Amino acid sequence: MSRRPSLVYWTGFAVILALLIVAPLVLPEFWRRFVTEILIWGLLAMSSDILIGYTGMVSFGQSAFFGLGMYGAAAALLSVAPPNLWLALVYGLAGAAAAAGFVAYFSTRLRDIYFAITTLIFSQIFYVIIFTWTAVTGGENGLTFDRPALAVPGLFSIRFTATTLHWFVLAMVAGSYLALRRITQSPFGMVLQSIRENEARTRAIGYPVERYKIVAVMLSGLFAGLAGVLYALQNEFAAPDFVFFLVSGEAVIFNVIGGVGTLVGPIVGAAFFLLLREGLSRFFTEFYLIPLGAIFVAMVIFMPQGLLGFMRRWLNQ
Amino acid sequence: MGVPLQQVLIQTVNGIVTGMILALVASGLTLIFGIMDVVNFAHGELFMLGAYVGVLTMAATGNFWLALIAATIAIALLGAVIYLTTLRPLLGRDPLTTILATFGISLVLQNYALWQFGPVARKIAEPITGHFTLFYLQYPWYRVVIALISAAIIGGLWLFLKFGTWGIWIRATTQDRVMAQAMGIPVPSVLTTVFAIGAAMAGASGVLFGPLTAVDSSMGVDWILKVFIVVVVGGMGSLAGSIAAALMISLLEAYASLWVSPAQAVIVSFVVLILTLLFRPTGLFAATGR
Repeated sequence: MSRRPSLVYWTGFAVILALLIVAPLVLPEFWRRFVTEILIWGLLAMSSDILIGYTGMVSFGQSAFFGLGMYGAAAALLSVAPPNLWLALVYGLAGAAAAAGFVAYFSTRLRDIYFAITTLIFSQIFYVIIFTWTAVTGGENGLTFDRPALAVPGLFSIRFTATTLHWFVLAMVAGSYLALRRITQSPFGMVLQSIRENEARTRAIGYPVERYKIVAVMLSGLFAGLAGVLYALQNEFAAPDFVFFLVSGEAVIFNVIGGVGTLVGPIVGAAFFLLLREGLSRFFTEFYLIPLGAIFVAMVIFMPQGLLGFMRRWLNQ
Repeated sequence: MGVPLQQVLIQTVNGIVTGMILALVASGLTLIFGIMDVVNFAHGELFMLGAYVGVLTMAATGNFWLALIAATIAIALLGAVIYLTTLRPLLGRDPLTTILATFGISLVLQNYALWQFGPVARKIAEPITGHFTLFYLQYPWYRVVIALISAAIIGGLWLFLKFGTWGIWIRATTQDRVMAQAMGIPVPSVLTTVFAIGAAMAGASGVLFGPLTAVDSSMGVDWILKVFIVVVVGGMGSLAGSIAAALMISLLEAYASLWVSPAQAVIVSFVVLILTLLFRPTGLFAATGR
């Protein structure tokens, strides 16, 4: 990479970050919440992009990691007094990592569509367990809790307002974005991309492909779990609906809409999807998935590189 | 825990009945996958819409068998339309894109059904109301009839593939699409037909299963997951494997529900799946590797 594009890149990054920092101060309540949600779903979409875009494995299991993140956070906030934000984060990530380890161990034995189907079924295993184990998980009703204070021990402790929560989410998502960018550009990320391009050859060169795939799934699970923790903090509940595989499906849709294989694409996709859902549900009420599904199918057929790829080609003309 | 032998036998019959329906749905999916490398995520939705077509025809005519035929034909046509509009343009691309496209279709169909028919579950009346005595139970004949009809449809499919002209064309297309084309087989129509047949089987099973359960817009989701487990355990693309796996999993779930609630009995099929992935990741009954 030459120096100039990277300067342009960092300027763009700083401008967008600045806009997102200012956003909650100027936007009305509804849209402030909306932007926070876009960031959280964008993080989930990015986590799924490590697999779809960089390793070439379509995961329908992100909801398991996302949901375990939510329930992990809930467990920490309900069982430990006084509720601690950082403990919620640790519990959530541990839950997601455990789920990801389990899923990764089994599903990476399979490739392509078999991987997609087994991750789907595995996320369903977690859904059934959470849904039926009412004594611990609250079953269908889920768990509700109070948001902990934003505190650094010995320094300060303030209650979350909508604005500080937005900044907290923004910091987490921006940090994850930078970490993921670093990971995907590292030698490790290059190996993942070579698995996507030609798995047999990567194996022939001598890379332990299975181990790389397991690590990729676990990384993806960790970031999905982080998104789950943030979502739980924002909404103050954990519900089995978010473990259901339709959430994974939405993460896949964000990726395809935005453009796989770019970290910005999934966030753009998430934003586009949520805006479209907002707009469409004015006309179609809760049946917005009818037109949205049709748009998605059309994009799979006609715009396989997603919005970002489409725009790039259009700009290059 | 002592369980009377009678209950075990009753659950065996139950397991075989649901197993045959599952086999019917799964063989449609396997047929479509084995022949054109398309993973049809919308298969469960075709099953659900088949049940709804059955409900509507029953309401209009009151004849179950007419409803069965109407649903089969309607869903076959819907399958052909889905294939022509969304899957044909994806021909030759990565099979993964077909999962994405059919996932989109399943969202559309499921929400369409919710919008059109509402959240209240419908019922299909049993066409045969007779019972026979099975130990201490009055066992409905209808359940036995479903298993027989499913077996007959699967047997018919097998005969068709083995001896019918189109069946032979279908098998030729599976083996070598380009060569089949060169021999003058109308490959595009063959592929459309295969998708229509697979869809029709899902539609027919929807009507057959309707009387045993409530018909609502989310029934497809439950089934597609079961069917996916069956095809992975049976070895995807293998018709015989899917049927064997469907029976095995249904029987195990039926036995498990002697001890736990049906919602938890599902976990048995997950365990079977995990064990299969551990020891035979290509599927229990698959002849060839992936």
